[in-house]
Amino acid sequence: MKELVVLSGKGGTGKTSIVGSFAALAKGKVLADCDVDAADLHLLLSPSVKQESEFWSGRVAVIDEEKCTQCGLCQELCRFKAITDFKVDPISCEGCGYCYHACPVEAITMKESMSGHWFISDTRYGPLVHARLGIAQENSGKLVAVVRQQAKQIAEEKSLDYIISDGPPGIGCPVVSSLSGADLALLVTEPTLSGMHDLERVLGVCRHFGVPALVCINKYDLNEENTRQIESNCLSQGVKVEGRIPFDNVVTRSIVQGVPVVDYSDGRVTREIKRMWDILSMMLRNGSKG
Amino acid sequence: MVISVASGKGGTGKTLVATSLALSLKDREKVQLLDCDVEEPNAHLFLKPTFTHSKTVSIPIPKVDEERCAYCGKCAEACHFNAIAVMKEKVLIFRELCHGCGVCSYVCPESAISEDGREIGVVELGYSDGVRFVQGTLIVGEPIAPPVIREVKESAGRGGIVIIDVPPGTSCPVVEAVKGSDFCILVTEPTPFGLNDLALAVETMRELDIPCGVILNRAGVGNGKVEEYCKKEGIPILLTIPLDTEIARLYSRGITLAEGMPEWKEHFLALFNRIREITNERISSAKR
Repeated sequence: MKELVVLSGKGGTGKTSIVGSFAALAKGKVLADCDVDAADLHLLLSPSVKQESEFWSGRVAVIDEEKCTQCGLCQELCRFKAITDFKVDPISCEGCGYCYHACPVEAITMKESMSGHWFISDTRYGPLVHARLGIAQENSGKLVAVVRQQAKQIAEEKSLDYIISDGPPGIGCPVVSSLSGADLALLVTEPTLSGMHDLERVLGVCRHFGVPALVCINKYDLNEENTRQIESNCLSQGVKVEGRIPFDNVVTRSIVQGVPVVDYSDGRVTREIKRMWDILSMMLRNGSKG
Repeated sequence: MVISVASGKGGTGKTLVATSLALSLKDREKVQLLDCDVEEPNAHLFLKPTFTHSKTVSIPIPKVDEERCAYCGKCAEACHFNAIAVMKEKVLIFRELCHGCGVCSYVCPESAISEDGREIGVVELGYSDGVRFVQGTLIVGEPIAPPVIREVKESAGRGGIVIIDVPPGTSCPVVEAVKGSDFCILVTEPTPFGLNDLALAVETMRELDIPCGVILNRAGVGNGKVEEYCKKEGIPILLTIPLDTEIARLYSRGITLAEGMPEWKEHFLALFNRIREITNERISSAKR
């Protein structure tokens, strides 16, 4: 079983449209939506939820007003400035428990909090593991780890060939959690200065965690000079550009219809995504690490 | 006044809006732009600032004096982030997992734990054509962005109009960036993805009690569901930017709307006036 994760650094470059299309093209796979704080893959796959589970991970400090002597030690010690006027702001509290350990009159308890849900669903393309982090919650990295672990378990039980993950934007904790230990990363970029800048940083994260990466330039014809620049930057770092998808409103139209673009149109976008999946699936089968 | 520019979904045009708003306002107001998207800071590509200062951002991480350590394991037990493992005769610190809370050194009965600064990012300050500019950059490979965001916000000068470019999503980096704002602009696009993530962003702002309004970008593709949603929820649509390949091409070269199509300056000024009205009304109704 091989795991492919689709990342981008910059948001909105087309990760989910590409993963949705791979879902339609790949045989024997489980899908994982690792963008747990703004998940969108379900909008293309119309899942029916088979199993829903609570995600308990966070905890917050609670001060018992009756016991509190207002000595102020907790406020002084808290490094996240989460306590003012002897009250804890649950949004700022990181749940570290320093105040709980330090309170001289044991007025502070740590309360477990539910920070989201995760789901196992059926889709017309196969199983999907997805999640929803609670509003303004922490621990997105841990929830991503749960999603990946569940996807892996399904792949093992059903002897599936691939795990295909839709990753979050950025380079921080949920990205690290989506990437570490994956077999291959596909980085989707666009020929804009922002896209190029962000690609360099996410490539750095892939190198840092030793995951081989390939690049796809979406909307490549928006600025062909920038596209050439991306290609030469990648070449100089030994990274292959395996896809060049043209700009076409058909992608947006397919999103509005709620289907992957490869099931919506036979045009050039679809042809290029199919070609890209053929290459990626071959690389995954042959072991991309070599 | 602090105005943050957020979105839920990435790539909807936050940076284009934040930089265009800053440049449209700068002749009228004292303006600061804070790039709090420290994982992928991009506003500098548009404003091309000259940086005059920079400072590193560190978080304190534990350092164990193995001479003193009794390997009792209390530190590992207290650490909520699983950043310490105590073996028979060895303490392992997983530096990337540490949030720098300090609980380990507090609970250690042998006083064997001191703290070392660990560099996770940098904050740079400068100017761009009359706009004061502050940006934070998380070091590649580091997972924890909020301390860098906090430092960016603390480096802002007082007074004037502060515009914050917020990272995408709805989790802790977003909360850290928007906290304390007087108003939040949510930039979206008229697609099911845009709508789904807009609704999440609206819930986040409600949780934080920050008033918000919407900018609809790339209008003309997609469907009318975002407008329907905004109407139903009573969220004003403050500005509509059409899908226009010319705007996309300017953006690809790092050119803001205020520079590339100066007629947009007026729209951004009107946007600002509208936001000022909304926040003033809110203040006066709170007083009543």
